This record gives sequence, structure tokens and C-alpha cells, in this order.
Amino acid sequence: MSDYQPLERRVITFPFIVLGIIGLIGLYFLAHRFLFGIGSVTNLNEGYPWGIWVVYDIVVGTALACGGYALAITVYVLNKGKYHPLVRAALLASLLGYTMGGIGAFIDMGRWWQFYNVLLPWQMNFNAAMLEVALCVMAYIIVLFIEFSPVVLERFGARDLMKKLEKVLFIILAIGVLLPTMHQSSLGTMLIVMGYKVHPLWQSLHLQPLLALLTALTMGFSIVVFESSLSAVGFRRTPETPLMTGLSKAIVGLIALYLVIRFGELLFRGKLGLIFAGDLPSLMFIIETALFVFPLVVLLSEKGRKNARTLLYAAVAMLFAGSLYRFNAFLIMYNPGHGYSYFPSIPELMVTLGIVAIEIMIFLYVIKRFPVLHREEHA
Amino acid sequence: MKRRDFLKASVGGTVVALSGGSAIARPNLEPAPEAIGMLYDSTLCVGCKACVSKCKEVNGMPPTIRGEDVQYDSALDLSPQTLNVIKVYRDGKAEVKDSETNGFAFEKRSCMHCVDPGCVSACPVTALIRHEQTGIVTYDADACIGCRTCMTGCPYNVPQFDYNNPFGEIHKCQMCNQAGVERIDNGMITGCAEVCPTGATLFGSREALLEEARRRMALKPGESYMYPRGDVRDPISSHERAVPSYLQHIWGEKEAGGTNVLHISSIPFDKLGMPPLPDRSYASISETMQHSLYQYLALPALALGGLTYVIKRNVDDDEGGEK
Repeated sequence: MSDYQPLERRVITFPFIVLGIIGLIGLYFLAHRFLFGIGSVTNLNEGYPWGIWVVYDIVVGTALACGGYALAITVYVLNKGKYHPLVRAALLASLLGYTMGGIGAFIDMGRWWQFYNVLLPWQMNFNAAMLEVALCVMAYIIVLFIEFSPVVLERFGARDLMKKLEKVLFIILAIGVLLPTMHQSSLGTMLIVMGYKVHPLWQSLHLQPLLALLTALTMGFSIVVFESSLSAVGFRRTPETPLMTGLSKAIVGLIALYLVIRFGELLFRGKLGLIFAGDLPSLMFIIETALFVFPLVVLLSEKGRKNARTLLYAAVAMLFAGSLYRFNAFLIMYNPGHGYSYFPSIPELMVTLGIVAIEIMIFLYVIKRFPVLHREEHA
Repeated sequence: MKRRDFLKASVGGTVVALSGGSAIARPNLEPAPEAIGMLYDSTLCVGCKACVSKCKEVNGMPPTIRGEDVQYDSALDLSPQTLNVIKVYRDGKAEVKDSETNGFAFEKRSCMHCVDPGCVSACPVTALIRHEQTGIVTYDADACIGCRTCMTGCPYNVPQFDYNNPFGEIHKCQMCNQAGVERIDNGMITGCAEVCPTGATLFGSREALLEEARRRMALKPGESYMYPRGDVRDPISSHERAVPSYLQHIWGEKEAGGTNVLHISSIPFDKLGMPPLPDRSYASISETMQHSLYQYLALPALALGGLTYVIKRNVDDDEGGEK
């Protein structure tokens, strides 16, 4: 008998229908994009080649999908088996988040019908961080499907296949820790070649991969805390607060490390003054830093770590902090000069919202019909 | 090795590697052995835009017409239909040519054909190629996936993606030498240099053009000088003209590793819209990081080995233990 069980609730609910409508609107504009070109839907231009499709769907979206990665490190590498009950839900969210990231990359790809060129060894450019990101994300999506497959096999009672899979699962798990480490840091490396276009407060050159990796990890741990607290509230399940307090210690350590490196870079390169310039970059930097410091302060106290409500606030702040860091570096504080500007169009926003809506719909369906969530008495 | 030690070592290793600790620094690329380029002398440019028009003819692109009364190509900036454009700097009353205050000046925007091109470095599928001999940066639409990373990696915002075409591609100046045009391979010079009436756009090898630029820098303002037109080594014609007061700066000699298209002018380049670039190319920093982390895939292989070992042990422990 499995420790996991489907949440036997009605699938078609009011929120589900609303999400469905948003999803359909997104699909409508998506059809437009493929029939009439990217320009018919987005506000991308000569100076801004990347908008929210890349920056939200891929750069921020995959970081929000790092829950599976963060928990895999905790449970399998650091051997904290008590967190095992959280793994399946986190894996599902990662699987969906990364798949949507992959789809996002594909719809943004101007010459999508030649996408296979990334897989042809004689076309690959090993100097390019983008190649690394593309290959690792594709491979990781496959790994996530394999990691999640026991849930599906269990649902359909394929016991033999499950046993066979379990024997080799450790290799898949190891690859599943390695790949996000690689492509999440490479996402940061992609900022280096943009050079001066990225505002000095965000252009840390050699440190880009490390900062990207740290934000991916903090966001990964935070999304686990967030999803767990939310499903406790939304489905009136017993909160898994004791488990969360442990995870929040990891978040504290990671944020502290991140802030030391971030401010250290600014100090050594003499850029601290830019924080007080009183312009938009300095405002964005201050908001972003406040969002990092808030969870750090809250989770430093034992009281803060043990309270379900403060935990949720801290997790939300951290998710915004990491997302804003990436939005700033890739888009808001990206300035190509020559008077170019960008703000997403409504159809462009709707495509992203539609994708997210469909992602949430699939998540809700799967946890209600497949053994993903842990039985309450064990939690 | 104990598990804890292994973890410490691997975390430490990752931090060192991610901060570029490994010494596989990749310096700026050197100019191609027979680098071909152009020299744009802003002080010679009269803003006639013959180069813009010729460029469209060579590349088979339509003129950009703004308004019914304007009967000439009036492209404002680079676009998928405009690979070369003349822009104007204006200050105050804009009365004196090549004066920073109350003056005006022309500036050419087109691919600079970087010595160490960011677009080539950033392209995941080798769709942008720096020619081994000539250094000309060309584009291969059959390889391109349209990810537009080249656009983010170009310090001059040159590559342009055609967003309005569902099957669009990247457009950029390929120095008139792309497949089907091949003017350079056939012993011709670039279209823009060929039609330029004053020699403001001059064609030649990077070396010869640098020499010419340095010669002009050394001249005294007011002196008379024979300015060549067309090809610096084999001019179509020449014309005599008083030397302006040049800014002692050859744009493209060093900027981000240098460019094959060089610019000189008498007003500062930031006023003409040139970006703030250090001498070290961003591509070289980015590739240093990539190579430090992924040379021979050694670090990932090592990490995978360690992870597999640790995870196998932990999974086995769980099965043997509590359950």
C-alpha cells in the first residue's frame, strides 16, 4: 500500500473553469503568432529581442520550477528522508514548470521548424551558454518525466515495471540534480555577453552563473514551502509546518550567501554608490533587496520559522525576490540604448497567462486523480 | 572519503568553478589574417544616403518610404529591411558641421564586423560565422533557430529579426559577401563604399584602413589632403580637401576587442550613439566561464560520479533501514 493517495475531489470546479477560459484566450493568440508571425502578437522590437515569453516563461518560470531540484538535493544528496512526503508534489510542479518553459522557448523561437539544429553535433556551438541551457533543459524535462513516472505506474498498477525502474532510479536522480545545477547557472552566464546593456547593478560578469544558481535554489526551496502552505489552506489539509521549518533554515543560509556575494561584488567593483542614485535602477535594486532581506529576517527567528503564516509570507517574498532579480537583470534593467523601449502587449501577456493557467489546471487534475500528495496521518 | 567531506569538497569546487577560479581564461580573439573592413570618416559624410540606397539594391530590400511626399529612402534606423543607415547628431541650432555644440554630424550604423563578435559567440547553432580569412561575419538562415540570442549579444544592436514574417529570419550586413552576392570573393568592393561620393565609407583591409586612419589623425587641421574614394589601396578617384580637426580616437581599434569596420570623427563617439565598451570583449569573458565549467565536460562528469555514489548509498540505506 502506497504512502501517497489521490486527493479524491471534483475536478471541474469554478476556478478550474476560469483557468480554462484564460487558457483558451492564450491559445487563440498563440495561433495568431504561428499564422502571422511573432510581431503580430508581441511588442518585441529592434532593440528588445527578448520579452516576457523568454524572461517569464523560461528564465523565471524554470526557477519557480526548481522545487524538485531543491528537494532532490535535500532528500537524496543530504539524506534527509523526512522530507520525502513532499517530493512528489514538488516533482509534479517542476515537471509542469519545466515543460511549460520548454513550450515557451519553442513558441518564442523565430525559426521553430529548424529547432532540431540544436541537437545536431556539427551545428552545436559549445562556446554558447544558450546551447548548454537548451540541451540541459530538454534533457531535464525527460529526467523529470522518468522521476515522476512511478506515480503514473502506481496509479495503473504496473508493479513489475516500477520495480525495474526503482533499480536504476538512483542514476536518474543524480542526473536530475546535475542538470539544473548546469543550466540554471548557464542562464546567468547568458547575461555576460549582453555586457553594458545590463545595468551595472545587475551586470556581475563572472559571478552571474553563481548568483543565478543561488536564486534558483532559494526559489526552489521557497516554492516547496509556498505550495505546501497553500495546499494546506486551499484543501484544508493538515499543514506540514514541522517539515517547513527545516527547509526554511536552508533558505536562510542561501539568502545570506547570496547577499554576501551580491554586495561583495558591488563593493569590490565600486558600484555601491549606484544604489543611492535615486533613479529607477536604484529603486528596483532597493525593492529587490528588501524582498530578499524580509524572508531572511523573518526566518532567522525560531518563532518565524514555526508559524505557518509567517512561513508563507517569507516564501512569497522570496519568490518575488528571485523573480524580480531575474526580471531586472534580463528585462527591466536591460537597456540596448538608441531610445529603444519595450512593454509587453496584451496578447503577449495573455499567451503567458494562458500557459500558466493550463499548467495549474494540469497540476490540479493530477493531484486529484493520481497518488501525488502524502497521506495526512504521515505528514 | 566520508560523505560529509565529499559534499564539502564538491560545494567548494562548484563555488570556485562558478566564480571563474579555474585558469582557462580565453583572451580576446585576434583579427583574422586577411581581415577585410571599411573606414567610415564622419567628417567626410554629407548625408546623401547613396550608401543606404545601394545597400538595398545589393541586398534586394525595398526602400523605406515615410509619407507620400518623401520619394527617397528615409529609413530611420536599422531594421530587417535596412542593413545600413545614416543617422544624424544634432545639437542646439545645428548650424556647424562636425561641431559638438550648435552643430551636427553624421554617423553610419551597420554591422561593425567585430574581431571578437558577441553574436558568433552567443549563437547556439553556429548560424553566425566569422570567416577564418576575411573576418567577415555572415549568417546562415538554414542553421538559425530564431532564438535571437545574437541580438542580445551584439553591442551595436545590429542583427535584426523579421518579426512580421511567420517564417522570418535574421538580417544583418554581411559585407556584400553572402551566398548569392559574393562581391568581395569576385574582387569587387562593398556596395556602400563603391557609391560613396566623398570616400566617407572607404573599403580595404583592416590593416590598410587602420594605417589610413592613423595618417589622418596625424594631419594638422587646415592642411590639405588627398582623400581616396572606394578602395583605400586602389582608389576609384581622389579629391583634395582641408583636414578637419579629428578626435584622436579610432573607434574599432580596441573597443571590445576591435572591429573590422572603423569609425573616425571630430566629435565624441558617445554623442554619435556608440556604446560604452571596455577593451575586453564580453564574448571572451562569457567563453572563459563556459570553458572553465565545461572543458571536456570534466567538472560535470566528476559531479555526476559523486552524486551517483552519494545518492545510491542514501537510497540503499533507506531500503535497508526503517522501511
